Amino acid sequence: MSALMIRNLHKSYGSLEILSGINLEAKTGEFVALVGPSGCGKSTLLAMIAGLETVTSGEIWIGDRLVNSVQPKDRDIAMVFQSYALYPTMTVRQNITFGMESRGVPKAVQAEAVQRVAALLQIEQLLKRKPGQLSGGQRQRVAMGRALVRDPKLFLFDEPLSNLDAKLRVDMRTEIKKLHHRVGKTTVYVTHDQVEAMTLASRIAVMNQGSVQQFDTPKRIYDRPTNMFVAGFMGSPAMNFIPARLTGSTSISVRAADGSDASLALAAPMPAGAPKDVVLGIRPEHIYRFTTDLKSRKPAVASMQAPVELVEPTGAETLAVLRLGDLEITGRFEPDDAPVMGETITLGIDMSRACLFDPTTKALL
Amino acid sequence: MSTHDLIVPAAAATTRPWRERLGTMVPILVLAPSIAASFVYVFVFTLWTLYISLSNSSLLPTYGFVGLDNYASLWANRRWNIAYTNLFLFSGFYIVGSMAVGLLLAIAIDQRVRGEAVWRTIFLYPLAVSFIVTGTVWSWLYNPVDGIQAFVRGLGWTDFSFALTANRNTANYAVIITGIWQSSGFAMALFLAGLRSVDPDLVKAAQIDGASVFRTYRRVILPTIAPIFLAVAVIQIQFAIKTFDLVAALTRGGPGVSTTFPAIYVYDLMFQRGQIGEGAAAAMMMLAAVAVVLVPYSLWIVWRRRAEGRNG
Repeated sequence: MSALMIRNLHKSYGSLEILSGINLEAKTGEFVALVGPSGCGKSTLLAMIAGLETVTSGEIWIGDRLVNSVQPKDRDIAMVFQSYALYPTMTVRQNITFGMESRGVPKAVQAEAVQRVAALLQIEQLLKRKPGQLSGGQRQRVAMGRALVRDPKLFLFDEPLSNLDAKLRVDMRTEIKKLHHRVGKTTVYVTHDQVEAMTLASRIAVMNQGSVQQFDTPKRIYDRPTNMFVAGFMGSPAMNFIPARLTGSTSISVRAADGSDASLALAAPMPAGAPKDVVLGIRPEHIYRFTTDLKSRKPAVASMQAPVELVEPTGAETLAVLRLGDLEITGRFEPDDAPVMGETITLGIDMSRACLFDPTTKALL
Repeated sequence: MSTHDLIVPAAAATTRPWRERLGTMVPILVLAPSIAASFVYVFVFTLWTLYISLSNSSLLPTYGFVGLDNYASLWANRRWNIAYTNLFLFSGFYIVGSMAVGLLLAIAIDQRVRGEAVWRTIFLYPLAVSFIVTGTVWSWLYNPVDGIQAFVRGLGWTDFSFALTANRNTANYAVIITGIWQSSGFAMALFLAGLRSVDPDLVKAAQIDGASVFRTYRRVILPTIAPIFLAVAVIQIQFAIKTFDLVAALTRGGPGVSTTFPAIYVYDLMFQRGQIGEGAAAAMMMLAAVAVVLVPYSLWIVWRRRAEGRNG
C-alpha cells in the first residue's frame, strides 16, 4: 500500500497556474525527494500535502484516506520547516509536547514520549533551554524531535538544511539518513539541492515550472534523465550538451575545435525516425584521456581531439575546460593524470553512458 | 623604492592616531548636547523640584527648609486625595482598556480583511487629533443639551438618558472612555506591527500541532510579541500620568472636583494659587506613582535576564 498518493493535482491563484497535473506516490517507508529550482512549485506541493494550502483540483490520498478537505491536524502528518518554526517562548520540552498537549494526551504519556525522542536525537540535556539558546544544528534536532514525537504516517521536510553552514549541512544530512533508516517513516523531503536529493532519497521527483519532469530512482534520474532540464539540473558540474548530427544509425558527428567534423560511434543504434540534428549529453566524469588500455576496458569509448583551455584542480579531482567547436565542455580527471593548460589531448568519450536529446522537444531519444 | 616604502608608514604613524582619536570622539561629540540636556532637564530639575517641595516657596521659589510640611498639607487636602485616586483608577482602566481594544482590533485586521489600509487609517486617526480637540468634541457628545442624548431623544426615544459628564459618579468613566477611544488605535498599530513580524511558519506549525486559533494566539503568537505589550504599556502609563489637556477640555475637573487629576492639581497650585512648594510636592508624588510601576518592573527585567543567563 502507498502511504501517499497524489493524482492529477492542480493549484492556481487566479489565472496563475502554480502546479499543473502532479502525479506522485510514496510507498510505505519510502523517502521521496522533491527537487527543483526555486519557484518550481515544490514547496507549494508540500504545503498542499500538509493541508496548509487548498487544492484547486485533483486528489491527495494519505494512507487510504482522501484528505483534500481534511484539516492539517487531522492528516496524521508532521512537518519540519525551513525556519524550524520552534515556538520561541517555550522550552525545548514544551516545544515537543505542545502538539500532544493540544490533543489532550495524558501528562505521563507525554513525558515518556519526550524521553524517547530526546534519547533518539541526543537532546536530553537541552530540554530546559529555549530555542534562542540553541545552535543551528541543535534547533534542527529539536524541530525533528517535535515531528518525531507525533509518530505520524507521513513526515514532511521543507528544505530543513538550507539554514545551516556547509559542514553542518553534510553532518545533518547523514543524520537524517540514519534516522530514516532507524524509524522507517514515509518521508517527503523538499530541497533545491540536488546532492541532498541524490544522497537521501529512494525516489526523486524533479520538478520544473509546476510539473514533475521525472519521478524515478536517483540512479535512473542520473543515468537516464528524461529530458535536458533533468539532465542539466542533476549533477555538478552539469552535464555537457554538444550539438551533433546523425550520420548513420550508429554514428554522430560533432564539430571539433579546428572546425572539422569528428565522428563518434554510438553504443547502440538509433531508432528509425530520430531527428537528424541531436544534442549529445555527456557527463564530465565520462570524459577520459584516451589510451589503448581505456579502449580495452571500455569498448564503447569514442575518441576525438580537444585543446585544454583551463584546468581547475579541486584536490580530489581536476576539472578541465575543453574546447569543442565554439563551445566549452567540462571534463573530470584524476589529479595525477590531469591535462595541463594549453595542451591538446585526445579525449576518450564513453558513449555507452551518453544521452541523446531531441533539440526541439528537449526529450531523451 | 624600499626607502620610499619605509617613509610612508612612518608618516602615517604620526597622523593616524590623531585621526583615529577624532574618529572615536565624533559619536561622543555628537551625542554630548542631547545627553547634557537630558541630564539637566531630567535629573537636575527633578532634584531641584524635590528640594522646592521641602522648602517654604510660595509665589516664587525660596529656600527656607520646612521638611515634609508641604506633603502633610497636600495629603490633608480632600481634593488631592480624589485626584490621586482618580489617577490610579484612570490609569488602570485606560491602559488595560486601550490595550484590550487595540489588541482585538489588531487581531481582527490581521485576518487579511479587505481594505486593510482603510481600516488601519480609520482606527489610527484619533491619534492624529490632539487631546484638546478630542476632549472638546467628546464634551459636546456627552453634553445632554446638544450631544448624543439630544440626538437620540430627537429620534423619538424621549426617555433616553446619556449624560456621563453631568454626574459626579460617572464623569470619570467618560474620561476613561474618551482616553481609550483616543489611544486604542495607537496600541492597534503597534500590536499589528508585532503580529505581522511573527514568522508565519510558527502559525502553520501550531496548525499541524492541532492547536485551535484561540490557543495559537494565547500560547504561540501573543507570547512571541510580549515585548510589544511592554512598549505599549510604558507609553500609555506616561500618557495617563501626564493627563491634563484631555480632562481640561472634557470636564475641567468637574462636576465639582470629581475628575480632578494630579497634573491639573499641580497646575492649579503652582500657577493659580501661588503655592509652588506644595505644587512641587504634588509633582513628586506623581513621580512616585510612575516609580511604583516602573521600578519593580525594571528590577524584574534585570532578574529575568540574569536567570536566563544562568540557564543558558
